[in-house]
Amino acid sequence: MLTFLVRRLLLIIPTMVGVAIAVFFLIRVMPGDVVVVKLRADGAAVSEETIQAERKRLGLDKPLYEQFGEYLWGLARFDLGKSLWTGESVGREIATRFPVSFQVAIMATLIAVLIAVPLGTLSALYRDTWIDYVVRVLAVSGLAIPSFWLGMLIILMLLSVFNWLPKIGYVSIFEDPVANLSALIWPALSVGYRYAAVATRMMRSALLEVFREDYIRTARAKGVYQKLVVRRHALRNSLLPVVTVVGLEFAFLIGGLVVTEQVFNLNGIGKLFVDATTRGDFNLIQGLVLLIAMIFIVVNLIVDLIYGMLDPRIRLS
Amino acid sequence: MANVAHVASAPADAIPKRPSLVGTFIKQQPLGFAGLLVVLLYVTFALGARWIAPYDPEAVDFGAMLSAPDREHLFGTDQYGRDVFSRIVYGSRTALAVGILSAITGCSLGAVLGAASGYFGGRTDAIIQRFVDIMLSFPIIVLAMVVVAVLGKRVVFGIDVNLIAAIALPFIPKMARIARSSTLSIVAMPFIDAAKAAGYSSSRIVLRHILPNIIAPYLIMVTAFIAQAILLEASLSFLGLGVTEPTPAWGLMLSGTSADFYKTAPWMILFPGLAITLAVFAFNLFGDSLRDWLDPKMKG
Repeated sequence: MLTFLVRRLLLIIPTMVGVAIAVFFLIRVMPGDVVVVKLRADGAAVSEETIQAERKRLGLDKPLYEQFGEYLWGLARFDLGKSLWTGESVGREIATRFPVSFQVAIMATLIAVLIAVPLGTLSALYRDTWIDYVVRVLAVSGLAIPSFWLGMLIILMLLSVFNWLPKIGYVSIFEDPVANLSALIWPALSVGYRYAAVATRMMRSALLEVFREDYIRTARAKGVYQKLVVRRHALRNSLLPVVTVVGLEFAFLIGGLVVTEQVFNLNGIGKLFVDATTRGDFNLIQGLVLLIAMIFIVVNLIVDLIYGMLDPRIRLS
Repeated sequence: MANVAHVASAPADAIPKRPSLVGTFIKQQPLGFAGLLVVLLYVTFALGARWIAPYDPEAVDFGAMLSAPDREHLFGTDQYGRDVFSRIVYGSRTALAVGILSAITGCSLGAVLGAASGYFGGRTDAIIQRFVDIMLSFPIIVLAMVVVAVLGKRVVFGIDVNLIAAIALPFIPKMARIARSSTLSIVAMPFIDAAKAAGYSSSRIVLRHILPNIIAPYLIMVTAFIAQAILLEASLSFLGLGVTEPTPAWGLMLSGTSADFYKTAPWMILFPGLAITLAVFAFNLFGDSLRDWLDPKMKG
């Protein structure tokens, strides 16, 4: 177990180097010029000299291999450079925004799992009855509704039914849990819906598959209660694909956050990313993309660890 | 001999007619057909926008600002007095044009990349697959936003080609993965050996012998990606990174100022969102059925 963990943690290094290279080339080698895009964004007449000067200031006039060396050296020291817009270090910019997004992501995951497991189980148990149809319609619409529109619908509902809106501005959960939760539950719901939909579909089909297994028939033949068959024998075995999907969809969750934070005016990673994109702040974009890759890797590691916990047959070695 | 003569002289109506493709699709996939009908409705909207939309989508009418849905304005008007229904009708042009073009671009590049990866194998395959792995670990909107940030805007024939590139890019690795696995099974077929023995060049084998054989997964992925592309375009436009005013686009109708009108004009929020949801839903439904119908092995 420990060797597995250490090896996986060490494997992060080459993967991240690969990602860093990909990001570098994506941003610098693609046709197009960030400086031109940034300065002439609104069709402003900017002279060629100004553009050259800005390029020089950002170190973009140096040969590519030199830029790449500096970039890698910076990464090795965990130095992501400075934001081109605020002049603050990229690490700092990200660190101040991280807690909000992190909390919403965790809440959305919890919501998704808490909805998906019981609904998916019900749907599979009562296959082809009205319960199953309702659950499946809910799940399919979850894939079609844009999370930002769902967020707007939630705001609309809060306004017209309760005439109330969560306060703008982030309060830490440790300072004021009520204010924190009452503000963050709504964005978590709107990004969590799609997440729940995907997981519910997976839960249903995994459970239906497990029901066909011999050991379920054996358990039933022995006279085990239906409740116990489902809980002890079927559920545990069908959770594996659900965990996989929850892990894979975590990346989409971040994508959903990018848009939803805008709707709820949350000052998180997603909003930072949108601002960085609008302003052509590529140092910040670079840092954020690396962060997202890092999150994906860590989530995958956690998924693998959960596998081992759920199913002792999977040896972590 | 007698048998042959008998068959030849059989009346024409005794030969069972081959059921039409459309007919079997309707019979086997009624839900998918419903999806197709909605898709066709949107296509009609897009092509016939000039005749279907009752108003000019960009015409400002301060006399009719924020008016509720009624007979004159089916879906109400926005803060500039523009007719919401007309903007949705014209918006389907943007959604379909961007959706279809970017799905086809992304899938075509991905198919070639995946076919090359599967055909050449070895080091080429390893390099392409690592690249695909890295690309797949990002949410599609993140990749699209990086492209938007780097490329900026470039409008050709009223369409932002860089936006299409941004939306197409995340589809490349997904299609490449699928094209590669299909290619691996095709490469083992005798006709590829025959082509090699005939001395054809690698590019000819990939383009003429392998690609035509992965047309089924290609079509399936294109329809699935059109739905995702519509959603992505709406999200980007909502964020102010996609289509810009005054072009009518569903995501754009939801963005910026319209959020100030939650209470006074909820129709500004309800209808464009419904248009997006219904379009994505219809393409998903049609795409899923097409998959089950063309290639039941891919189900899952």
